[in-house]
Amino acid sequence: MKTSYREAMRAALREALAADPRVFLMGEDVGKYGGSYAVSKGLLEEFGPERIRDTPLSELAFVGAGIGAALGGMHPIVEVMTVNFSLLALDQIVNTASLYRHMSGGQFSVPLVIRMATGAGRQIAAQHSHSLENWYAHVPGLKVLTPATVEDARGMLASALADPDPVVIFEHAQLYNVEGELPEPWTTDMKKASVRRQGKDVSLITYGGSLPKTLKAAEMLAREGIDAEVVDLRVLRPLDDATIMASVAKCRRAVIIDEGWKTGSLAAEVMARIVEQAFYELDAPLARVCSEEVPVPYAKHMEEAALPQPAKIVAAVKGLLG
Amino acid sequence: MTEFKLPSLGADMDQGKLLEWKVKPGDAVRRGQVIALVDTSKAAVEVEIWHDGVVQELITQPGETIAVGAVMARLATPGEVPVPALRRPASPAARKRAHELDVDIEKLAGTGPHGAVTLEDVEKAAVKPTPAAVPVPDRQAEMRKAIAAAMSRSKREIPHYYLAETIPMQRAMEQLARANAARPVTERVLIGALQLKAVALTLRQFPDLNGFWQDGAFRAGAGIHVGVAISLRQGGLVAPAIHDVDQLSLEDLMRALADLVQRARAGSLRSSEMSDPTITVTNLGEQGVESVFGVIYPPQVALVGFGRIAERALAEGGALRVAPVVTATLSGDHRASDGHRGARFLAALREQLLRPEEL
Repeated sequence: MKTSYREAMRAALREALAADPRVFLMGEDVGKYGGSYAVSKGLLEEFGPERIRDTPLSELAFVGAGIGAALGGMHPIVEVMTVNFSLLALDQIVNTASLYRHMSGGQFSVPLVIRMATGAGRQIAAQHSHSLENWYAHVPGLKVLTPATVEDARGMLASALADPDPVVIFEHAQLYNVEGELPEPWTTDMKKASVRRQGKDVSLITYGGSLPKTLKAAEMLAREGIDAEVVDLRVLRPLDDATIMASVAKCRRAVIIDEGWKTGSLAAEVMARIVEQAFYELDAPLARVCSEEVPVPYAKHMEEAALPQPAKIVAAVKGLLG
Repeated sequence: MTEFKLPSLGADMDQGKLLEWKVKPGDAVRRGQVIALVDTSKAAVEVEIWHDGVVQELITQPGETIAVGAVMARLATPGEVPVPALRRPASPAARKRAHELDVDIEKLAGTGPHGAVTLEDVEKAAVKPTPAAVPVPDRQAEMRKAIAAAMSRSKREIPHYYLAETIPMQRAMEQLARANAARPVTERVLIGALQLKAVALTLRQFPDLNGFWQDGAFRAGAGIHVGVAISLRQGGLVAPAIHDVDQLSLEDLMRALADLVQRARAGSLRSSEMSDPTITVTNLGEQGVESVFGVIYPPQVALVGFGRIAERALAEGGALRVAPVVTATLSGDHRASDGHRGARFLAALREQLLRPEEL
């Protein structure tokens, strides 16, 4: 069945709400407005204001309320409009949600799902274009998911809700309109990375909104006789080292594509793990394509220049092939 | 830091193949030391270095063919602090596989980024080429080509003039026989050595025949380095130099000549011998010819030839007598000298051979 990423996510929400009365959705404009990215459109009418709750503009308050509800036995889904605004709720997520199991000696679970949009590429300027997935992937006690396909948009939410600990789901804003074939049955896995394209010459490792760009780069490389493998990380915490290392051992060269800034990036973490675990498999230095280390520009051509693009990925690959 | 470049080992040489390094990084070398064995199309030549120093890096690998002037090695000059040699870049996978396959990674040319040795490079190197796959260079054909190039150039560029003079050899031969009688058999001097010495001493008065024509002008040789044409058993010839022949005693000259002939035929000549003869002497007397008018070896400007020493009727002081004579010839480059000078040279050579006691 052909569907869009947005529709797949909405279908996942509808299924979760229908299946379990403990599940409810809460966030800014999720009800009457139908969600800032129209993901929850129609859900208020279907499930009512008790379960589709519009909140005040206070991320700290409504993420905190979500933690309280989770502690109280509910399975809340909290939508934060974008990762940019989630910084106001960092204390709740990093200091509270991620730590309760540890601080309580295992007595409390926080089965909370936080969804947020991320990423640049739509000319909404520096304050609304961050990619800070790596900030959350840094924190023990959290799980971080980056569905990048229609299938994962449809399937990962159910596993996130079933998890007894807090899960953060990043939805790249550039993906909502992407359409694709939804297989049946779809996977609900939230542990493994996935090889999206088989190849043998270079392993292109990416996640989220950079996956379509990376697949496009792989097609460009294929026309030049370079057979690239594309690995979609899917889960940023905990990282699926086995799939990464298997791909690197096969291709012996790797480029990491990450919309975050290079310094201290998730790409840096992946590179470090490859060096730790697969050093003797490498036949070339590792490379990465990240965003330029500037605030994301507003002007269209400048914004495009600042972000990873297929041509940059192709150039990085060629740099490894001598 | 100095660079050691492949020297020209003859006017007809534009490339050479490194056969062997005689030194390794870290070795101290002295001026004049043989540091490499290089195959020209004519011979395997021991190449000498002209600076003292410490070998830093060997750039050319044995088996590689490189152009004259290409940098083969880098050396630290005396007093310079040697820079530690950089490790050859190689990927971790290549290093691991090289260890497994017992391949020396330092000897491989890398095809990866920044010239790094890759896994593929190692695996290719591990597959030993079968002997049949390596074309055996046809040494004789190569030498023929080299001679053809040099001689064609000579006849194309050098306006030769030819002179001949008959020289009585009785006195020289008697002198030599007396001296040889006092020498052990193994140290006896051949008449050819005597002729070489005579040419060299005579050349002191004719610097315009001893040197090179280069870039439209004559350049006198720094010494009298006589190239000796040596035919090789398998065909072809080389004409390596004996240095400063005018300053050698006959005994030393004979030893140098014997050594040179032996090494030329064994294919182990030195670069300085190959590159700097200032004139060539060819002696075809043993082959029985009366005289030889040779082709000048560029960029030299003269060639002296000796034919067979034979008894002839000699008119002297109104009487005829029979005496041994030799025909000496001069091939001269008319750009550098004229027939008049050439004639005076041959006359002086004649006088010199008539005063063998000076030799």
